[in-house]
Amino acid sequence: MFLNLCAYFAITICLVGVFHRGWRWFTLRIGPEAEGAGFLERFKAATMAFAVFVVNPRRLGSALWTLLSEVLLYVHILKQDPWRWITHMALFYGILLLVAVHALDKWVTARIFSYYASTLNPFLFLRNLLGVLVILGVGMAMVRDRADGGPRLKKRASDRLALVLLSFLIISGVVLEAFQIVSPSIFTEMARDYMGDDPHATAALRAFWAEDFGVAFEFPPPAGDSNLLASGQKLHQDYCASCHSKPQAAVLSYPLALVLKPVAVPLDRLRPDLIFYYLHYLVACGALALLPFSKFFHLLSAPLSLLIRSGGDAGTDLPINRPARRVLGLDACTHCGACTPHCAVSPIYRVISNPLILPSEKTGALAAMARGDMSEAGCAAFSEGSFVCTGCGRCTRFCSSGIDLQDLWQSSQIDLKRSGFGSAHDRIRTKTAAEWAQIARARDGEVKLPAAVDRATIHLADNPESFSACVQCTTCTNVCPVVAASDDPKRDLDMTPQQVMNLLRLQLKEMALGCRMVWDCVTCYKCQEHCPQGVRVADILYELRNEACRRFTIKSIRGVKPSNA
Amino acid sequence: MRYLYFPGCKIAGNLPQYDWATRSVLGVFDITLDSTELNCCGYPVRDIDFTAAVFSAARILAIAAKKELPILCPCKCCFGSLKHADYWLRHQPDLRHRIDTLLREDDLSWEPGVPVRHLLTVLVEDVGLGRIREKIRKPFTGLPVAVSYGCHALRPAGVTRFDNPLAPTIFEKLVKTTGADPVDWPLHLDCCGHPLWGKNDRLSLKLMENKLSSAHMAGARALITACTYCQLQLDTVRNGQETLPFLYPELPAILVTQFLGAAMGQSTGALGLERNHIALKPAK
Repeated sequence: MFLNLCAYFAITICLVGVFHRGWRWFTLRIGPEAEGAGFLERFKAATMAFAVFVVNPRRLGSALWTLLSEVLLYVHILKQDPWRWITHMALFYGILLLVAVHALDKWVTARIFSYYASTLNPFLFLRNLLGVLVILGVGMAMVRDRADGGPRLKKRASDRLALVLLSFLIISGVVLEAFQIVSPSIFTEMARDYMGDDPHATAALRAFWAEDFGVAFEFPPPAGDSNLLASGQKLHQDYCASCHSKPQAAVLSYPLALVLKPVAVPLDRLRPDLIFYYLHYLVACGALALLPFSKFFHLLSAPLSLLIRSGGDAGTDLPINRPARRVLGLDACTHCGACTPHCAVSPIYRVISNPLILPSEKTGALAAMARGDMSEAGCAAFSEGSFVCTGCGRCTRFCSSGIDLQDLWQSSQIDLKRSGFGSAHDRIRTKTAAEWAQIARARDGEVKLPAAVDRATIHLADNPESFSACVQCTTCTNVCPVVAASDDPKRDLDMTPQQVMNLLRLQLKEMALGCRMVWDCVTCYKCQEHCPQGVRVADILYELRNEACRRFTIKSIRGVKPSNA
Repeated sequence: MRYLYFPGCKIAGNLPQYDWATRSVLGVFDITLDSTELNCCGYPVRDIDFTAAVFSAARILAIAAKKELPILCPCKCCFGSLKHADYWLRHQPDLRHRIDTLLREDDLSWEPGVPVRHLLTVLVEDVGLGRIREKIRKPFTGLPVAVSYGCHALRPAGVTRFDNPLAPTIFEKLVKTTGADPVDWPLHLDCCGHPLWGKNDRLSLKLMENKLSSAHMAGARALITACTYCQLQLDTVRNGQETLPFLYPELPAILVTQFLGAAMGQSTGALGLERNHIALKPAK
């Protein structure tokens, strides 16, 4: 009764959770599309898209092919990484079959096999085999996590939760079965229920079960009495054999039962079999209840995401449907980290140590931002990482869950810009050169690079050698295409290149940091090439931008208030 | 001849025709390309952090050193970024020390002298104009074309060592093998505007317009590029401006290997010509 209640409770939580996540696909928004559209409108549009998809035989065909090759056989993972494929197959099929033939045995296995009993072979053996499979999968996943750990992929507690829960589930099941095998109480109860109270018969059956089935008894029956064993075997055939195979087939729990046998009798009063029965059942209920709130949810979201991808990338969706695909995509991310080793800018993380440069880490941050759970500092860090992306698209190509990551990055960059967390270029544009100069002076000396980093930085703008040769001949200004493109350089650019060089000579570098000329430089290097004095004008402008990025971080400027964060 | 092929980040997703056409043309001259997956060249991040840019580029130089292959860049910005890294690593011992430390974690190391070649240099110097001329089947005889040099291979010449920065000739020499007639145009060494695309769109488009107008006034009938970003700007960005009138629709932008391939009689499909927003009209 209690356990049934727990099960219903878990199912309810699970369903509510799944519904909640589904609801979010049509209410949260990533990207500029579907602005102003409510749940109903977006849900309707998605349903229409689904209907159009289903009636198109070519698309349906490709979806079915995806279902077979990617959802059921993980061919796309096998091609990338056989180790991960074995892990995934072991976990997925181990758990799927355990749920079907063991957890739901009343509704599945017993319906198919009329003679089904959980303690009968092949069911007993197969259940243990599936247990081995899951343990193998969990072990391989843990080894891989450890090996991959490194600086590039940080494991989160939520990544471990799923593996820990699965381990608990399997281990509690194995211990449960081991205690059941050796339990004298269960033997006594069942002998009485099925055979009655005849003391002679019970003694004979006890002898046989102690010998062949490993039951532990407080007063073990005399060993080697062949007559007693023979009549015990006869009784076993009559009363037990239709439901009980020899436990040696339980490849996991029987060896454990042998280990537990010495403590079985002293512990029997506590009924460890019942304790573990409750434990196993409750862990299973817990896992079910956590399904929509943990990594387990990818059981639903990843296949959905893969099937949606089979119809084309996000660009092929109607604009109103794109945010739903994006939110669902984030739900399908398992933080497996397959994308990050292929990311073209992942090495940059080693110099700018912001993990939100890495695609595998950005998904979590983006999900938090979409939910509105992100602090200002979090948005700033996400912005810094996000705008390093060069759009190479390899993350999308290698995503095991079929997420259009490239589309996520592009659309979230628009969101970032809109909420005041745009790129460095956007940020600088929010103030005038004079205002930036003031901020720089007020915070002078605040940014100290670590000594080793500072030594390895090329300081052109601070080193008179690099600009003292400047004779203000204006050649740089005259060849600059940006200056040439303006009718009024003072208005559009604040200063010309040669004036920026002059600021450095006057030790007024701060005034140059936010100057439009510095930020509108196209890096064509004409100024530097043509300088008769060999001043590295373009390199200096680059360096001024670097310094402004370092000094004017979003975090350090309170003045830049996001408009709707 | 074998090269470590470094297409950079943008070609695979945004300009696959540059990859197809380049492979198609180089294939004719028995050039094989090592297509190891490589990281970003560092050019886009240089605005933010110079060391991050140098480290990115140094990884590629180090991988090439390990494979003992010269690097082939179709993109001028990638090319420039690798050259800058090589230059500063040779001239700044402290920077080199820091980069070396980072590279060692990946079991790599930088050494000076890894050859970095731009596609134009490979075609003109490694393949040779004579061999290219032999393969021309459908010449563009007399077609006035404007070659756009792109900034980051040409300048700063002390770093890139690509061609004479004030009067380069390599691109014209190559294009002449097809019978086309490169025109003199004032802005052939100027910026296409793409570095500011997404940062200051108005200025970016203005620079592009200046350039297009200069080529148009010189009588060019096609604009030939040899850089991923130049082509993205002069073809993709130009076409994507729905609010503006399409600038100079009679002046298609075409990639150098598409142009060469077409002159060699290669198929439209192999060169990805159908992906260009304005088709090149045959020579009259």
